[in-house]
Amino acid sequence: MIIELKDVNKTYFGAQPLHVLKGINLSIEEGEFVSIMGASGSGKSTLLNILGILDNYDTGEYWLAGKLIKDLTEKQAADYRNRMIGFVFQSFNLIGFKTAVENVELPLFYQGVPRRKRHTMAMEFLDRLGLKDWAGHYPNEMSGGQKQRVAIARALITNPRIILADEPTGALDSKTSEEVMALLAELNREEKVTIIVVTHESGVANCTNKIVHIKDGVIGEIEENQLHNASVLGAGSIMK
Amino acid sequence: MRDLFVEIYESIRRNKLRTVLTGFAVAWGIFMLIVLLGAGNGLINSFGQASGSFASNTIAVYPGRTSEPYDGLQSGRRITLQDQDMALTLGPSFAAYVDDITPTVGTSVTVVRGRKSASGYLEGNYPSRLDVEKIKLRYGRFINENDLKENRKVVVIPERLGENLLPEGRDVKTLMGERLKLNGIMYRVVGITASDLMSSDNLMFAPFTTVKKVYNKGNDIDDFTFSFHGLDTEEANEEFEKTYRAAINLRHRASPTDNGALWLENRFTQNLQMSKARRVLNIALWIIGLFTLLGGIVGVSNIMLITVKERTHEFGIRKAIGASPASITKLIIAESVAITAIFGYIGMIAGLAACEVLDKTLGNRTMDVMGEQIAVLIDPTVGVNVALEATLLLIIAGTIAGLTPALKAARVRPIEALRAE
Ligand SMILES: Nc1ncnc2c1ncn2[C@@H]1O[C@H](COP(=O)(O)OP(=O)(O)OP(=O)(O)O)[C@@H](O)[C@H]1O
Ligand SMILES: [Mg+2]
Repeated sequence: MIIELKDVNKTYFGAQPLHVLKGINLSIEEGEFVSIMGASGSGKSTLLNILGILDNYDTGEYWLAGKLIKDLTEKQAADYRNRMIGFVFQSFNLIGFKTAVENVELPLFYQGVPRRKRHTMAMEFLDRLGLKDWAGHYPNEMSGGQKQRVAIARALITNPRIILADEPTGALDSKTSEEVMALLAELNREEKVTIIVVTHESGVANCTNKIVHIKDGVIGEIEENQLHNASVLGAGSIMK
Repeated sequence: MRDLFVEIYESIRRNKLRTVLTGFAVAWGIFMLIVLLGAGNGLINSFGQASGSFASNTIAVYPGRTSEPYDGLQSGRRITLQDQDMALTLGPSFAAYVDDITPTVGTSVTVVRGRKSASGYLEGNYPSRLDVEKIKLRYGRFINENDLKENRKVVVIPERLGENLLPEGRDVKTLMGERLKLNGIMYRVVGITASDLMSSDNLMFAPFTTVKKVYNKGNDIDDFTFSFHGLDTEEANEEFEKTYRAAINLRHRASPTDNGALWLENRFTQNLQMSKARRVLNIALWIIGLFTLLGGIVGVSNIMLITVKERTHEFGIRKAIGASPASITKLIIAESVAITAIFGYIGMIAGLAACEVLDKTLGNRTMDVMGEQIAVLIDPTVGVNVALEATLLLIIAGTIAGLTPALKAARVRPIEALRAE
């Protein structure tokens, strides 16, 4: 069990308190390829941010690779994020004034990897994702799909055990979305990386092996989707 | 380290104008600090030169007028010092402190040489006067023991007065050995004193005994100066002056506490006060300079705050991929220190250059202040140590300027930072 949530609650204390997660119970095994679906505002991003230790939860327990994630110092949290988790965001979140290869190198910089070594590694990963020729380009010189692949390269470079992706195809067209999902599926298959994708597109969810539905702040139905036939449109296509 | 420099360089490159504008404030601050300290040093040095021309532990005693009635006598009575006052000074009551005493007695004279004349004041003196007053001789010698013993009619005249007695263009040196007529009596010139900022242009010196005899002074003397030892603090000096004044005053039937009857000019306490004034001036200059610099620091701090705000999203990304708060703090502080140090250095170089210019233009140039030649600034420069202190100051300043923004950047939670745009 790489991820285990026990009765996790989260309330946003804004103008008026908003109880977003109302007792989430969820287990994810090592090597699973899971999508989280739900209506807008149902708390998908909130849940993913808690899984990524970007945000805190109020009550309950979150076990990550056998360790209780609670009251970590910022330094410890940073370390977990750096070594265990790779993030892929809807808006890519690349650093604009750094080139593709510099962006990919950055997590290794925070691990203290020497400059030359991290450059070589970053080039390798970009090459694997077919972006070798774009290594020296800045994000604003690349297409959405290319940017997302750079972001994935950055998420992968530390060899994390989990990839968390919040609507990774949200800003991409259907063809590029398919490519990105195929890439994630391949990573899951070949490298056994645990991947959790938040989406509200059924086509995207259909690419994953398990679909977790979240509704009214609790986990609803969990669909097994090994055959990739959950979408009404059938496997292999993402309708935008 | 190299990575840090690359990051700083990138950040500065992206905000060139802003960086230069803030940097200017820092450069200006350091520039002002260095120039102020340089000018201050120049001022202090010129004070130093002025006061440095006196022996440091002497008291000059001048007669005055009584300022209160005492012992049946009216106030306003003129006091005249006499040989007995010197005897009292050297006597057992003050023997523990007083070393040496040199009296003067003088008279106004008209000096005539051929058809030219000048008026001056002839002061009868002892040889030790030369050291006590730090008189600078240009040619010849001062009064010596034999002059005194034999009541010789010899005179030491100031350079300027000599020039006035000579036809245009003749060297004062030629006056050496010549005879001058002082109120009808011939004196031989044995020495010529240098005219500088602190010397009088018409004060001539002759042997004490000669003046006393020739001008019929009897027991009376003008004033005297004695050197002393063993009084190291201002309080000790005050205490001594009080007892001393009482003793002399009583001999003249004046109130022992009458400050008008006797003027005591204590060079030792004057020097103490001078060095205190010097310290105060120095501190004041540092404070002014530091406040100017503070403006620069606030500027840098502000700019860093804006930078941090603009880069919040970026810091969110960095944190999401594993940047520790410390690494973010380091980034900001390093940038702040870099900006402060680079521009501070520019300001410092400019400041040192300005000091050099001051030195070349105003340094050692004298100014006519009420008939006296006063050097405006002497060596208005700062030493290497001040430059080093300033460098250290810059690093500290940069750190302080970066601290608040850096902590702010490090504190913001990754999720909030990521949401920021
Ligand atoms: N920082 C916050 N402060 C207050 N309320 C918040 C905050 N973040 C999210 N919320 C609220 O919590 C609820 C859940 O938000 P969340 O972003 O998790 O939804 P989501 O499922 O990801 O939605 P979407 O599909 O639109 O991305 C929303 O109603 C949102 O308005
Ligand atoms: Mg969301």
